[in-house]
Amino acid sequence: MKDILTVSSSPHLRHTDTTRGIMSDVVIALSPAAVYGCILFGWRAAAVLAVCIAFAVLSEFVWEKALKKPVTVGDMSAVVTGLLLGMNLPSTIPLWQAAIGSIAAIIVVKQMFGGIGCNFANPAIAARIILLVSFPASMTKFAEPISDAVTSATPLAAENGTYTLKELFFGMHSGSIGETSAFLLLVGGVYLILRRVISPVIPACFIGTVALLSLISGENLAVSVFGGGLMIGAVFMATDYTTSPVTTLGKAVFAVGCGLITFIIRKFGALPEGVSYSILLMNILVPHINRFTLAKPFGFVKPVKEDAKNA
Amino acid sequence: MKGKERILRPAGRIHGGILLPHLKGTADLESVVMPPPAVVKIPMLQHIGAPAEPTVKPGDKVFVGTLIGKESGFVSAPVHSSVSGTVKAIEDTAVGGRNTKCVVIESDGLMEKDPDLKPFEVKSKADIALAAERCGLVGLGGAGFPTKVKLSVKDETPIDTLIINGAECEPYITSDYRECMEKYDDVIEGIYFLKEKLNIDRVIICIESNKEKAINKLYTIAADKRDKDDTVKLMKLPTSYPQGAEKVIIYSATGRKVPAGKLPSDVGCIVMNITSIATLYRFIKTGMPLVSKRITVDGTAVKEPKNIIAPIGTSIKDVLEFAGGISEDASEVIFGGPMMGVDSCDINSVVEKRTNALTVMREEIKLPAVTPCIRCGRCARACPMNLYPASVEAAVDHGFTEKLKKLNVNYCMECGSCSFVCPAKRPLTQVMRLAKAELRREK
Repeated sequence: MKDILTVSSSPHLRHTDTTRGIMSDVVIALSPAAVYGCILFGWRAAAVLAVCIAFAVLSEFVWEKALKKPVTVGDMSAVVTGLLLGMNLPSTIPLWQAAIGSIAAIIVVKQMFGGIGCNFANPAIAARIILLVSFPASMTKFAEPISDAVTSATPLAAENGTYTLKELFFGMHSGSIGETSAFLLLVGGVYLILRRVISPVIPACFIGTVALLSLISGENLAVSVFGGGLMIGAVFMATDYTTSPVTTLGKAVFAVGCGLITFIIRKFGALPEGVSYSILLMNILVPHINRFTLAKPFGFVKPVKEDAKNA
Repeated sequence: MKGKERILRPAGRIHGGILLPHLKGTADLESVVMPPPAVVKIPMLQHIGAPAEPTVKPGDKVFVGTLIGKESGFVSAPVHSSVSGTVKAIEDTAVGGRNTKCVVIESDGLMEKDPDLKPFEVKSKADIALAAERCGLVGLGGAGFPTKVKLSVKDETPIDTLIINGAECEPYITSDYRECMEKYDDVIEGIYFLKEKLNIDRVIICIESNKEKAINKLYTIAADKRDKDDTVKLMKLPTSYPQGAEKVIIYSATGRKVPAGKLPSDVGCIVMNITSIATLYRFIKTGMPLVSKRITVDGTAVKEPKNIIAPIGTSIKDVLEFAGGISEDASEVIFGGPMMGVDSCDINSVVEKRTNALTVMREEIKLPAVTPCIRCGRCARACPMNLYPASVEAAVDHGFTEKLKKLNVNYCMECGSCSFVCPAKRPLTQVMRLAKAELRREK
């Protein structure tokens, strides 16, 4: 033992959780629904997911190398972005378009704003919207489950009564690769809540708001809740740390806002689906929500104003 | 009615708080009394406030309990010799980053008690504060605030609750727990003595739920004959760090919030550490002031973890050797526990009054790699004061001093919870200290 000792700042204990661990948990939580999507829509779906993940990781690596920044692909966040984007695309999309989506997500939405933790919008959501406005035809062409037929109608656009509740809940219908099985997405969500990666506030308030408004307005409840992108959006996209508020109250405000906008777009807009737009719009409001929902510290005493002191 | 509700439930639960590994492997080990070292070096500043003034000179003969330093000012505490022997020198040494006079005493190995020590007679309410002063007592939970100041409450601030802090929420440390198990009578007698003399309505003894044996032992207090009107109560607190922090424990025990800048007495409470109250009672009973401390010696690098009762002024080198030594790759010696403890830079530093543990960590716990903040909000959720460490970090990085005021950084008590939970391993607690220093500099 030396006479002069090492000193460091307290605390000297750290929790074992890391960013990489959290992101890996998200991948684990997404995988049942992703695997199911590949079974439902065949090898083409697997190819889309692979292309999205590969290009997300690659573009992050190339960008950081080119700008001589520390390479952060090891934190798994690019994998999560790629996987989420892929799961939000139809299996029929041309692979080069999927690749463009990943590049846009990482370079434009994430890295140009400063990389992980600095982006104002969810990269996967923003990229999906970029693709939707750039390639509207291929983004709205969905494969029928376990067949080669192509349809443009997801349950949200289909006629009422086309699908049974069971089909909707377990995901036996057309749609984006990873959004169909509400059941498997919920399993992933419960896993994340149990692992304390996400809090249940955002999914519960988001889904609850959509369900309540659909019920009041006489929409088909099962279709509204299980038929579109609500589950994957509420559980995995709206809960993104960087683009959602910090406090529980802020989270609730954010999620109710998401639900409200989703409902308005679906009911009154020209689009059948509104989950992505609602999350993107609410992402923009997050700094303001944070500001207004900042909690008071324990034992707070209002500071005396300088001029009041002098008076 | 007696014993209707034998164990109280917490009256309030603060925001945040974290679950830590307890690592209290020394809980069931009987404390070992360390033989007097050849030399002790007793600092005149072992508390918050003004240092004591040495009253001895080289060559003087001293005994255990002899006054060697007199308090200077109100917020100060006297210092007593912890061994019998001869004063060798009075020298300046850096203690906790401040040059302080230290009295170096060569021990004769006999540990003779000062023949002048006699029981302290408490006649009035004010005598309690005087007893705390004569005892040299300071807050033994680690902060080292002179107990005399705490007990000198003015008559116009009514005190209705005495809270006995036995939370001991830091990992590894078991010295308060062992005090409670081994010196149970001193704790209980001290509580009744103080309650009667200070005329306090109720006493709440707070123990964390992970100390089942201490709770069972203190359970008998509910059947104590003196407690006819059922006012001395045991409270089982949830095991959540930092449960033992003064403002936190007051809220848990009474549901009262101590406003910023105010003292516990402003909400009618006095909080005393379980070892402090036992020490005070021992002084009143025997006249022996605070001259030795029970120290938990534990951590990844300690070969035989145990509780050691060591004379104040013993070097940590001697204590660690007595504890069976430490492994070769030991690098950090922490005064206190791993969450709030302060690293010692020198193996020749000495045991102080406020030292309750020595935690020795191995080299392998090097600082983890820091990655970018992902704004997960875990720091804010963990913070017992309801602050936003990640926002504070951003404001410090950008030099936004005005923003720091809005973020109320001065409420931070540096408990370490934010750094502990951060998945990006950012040194948030250190940044909070930096932010507070920045605000002080601004003034």
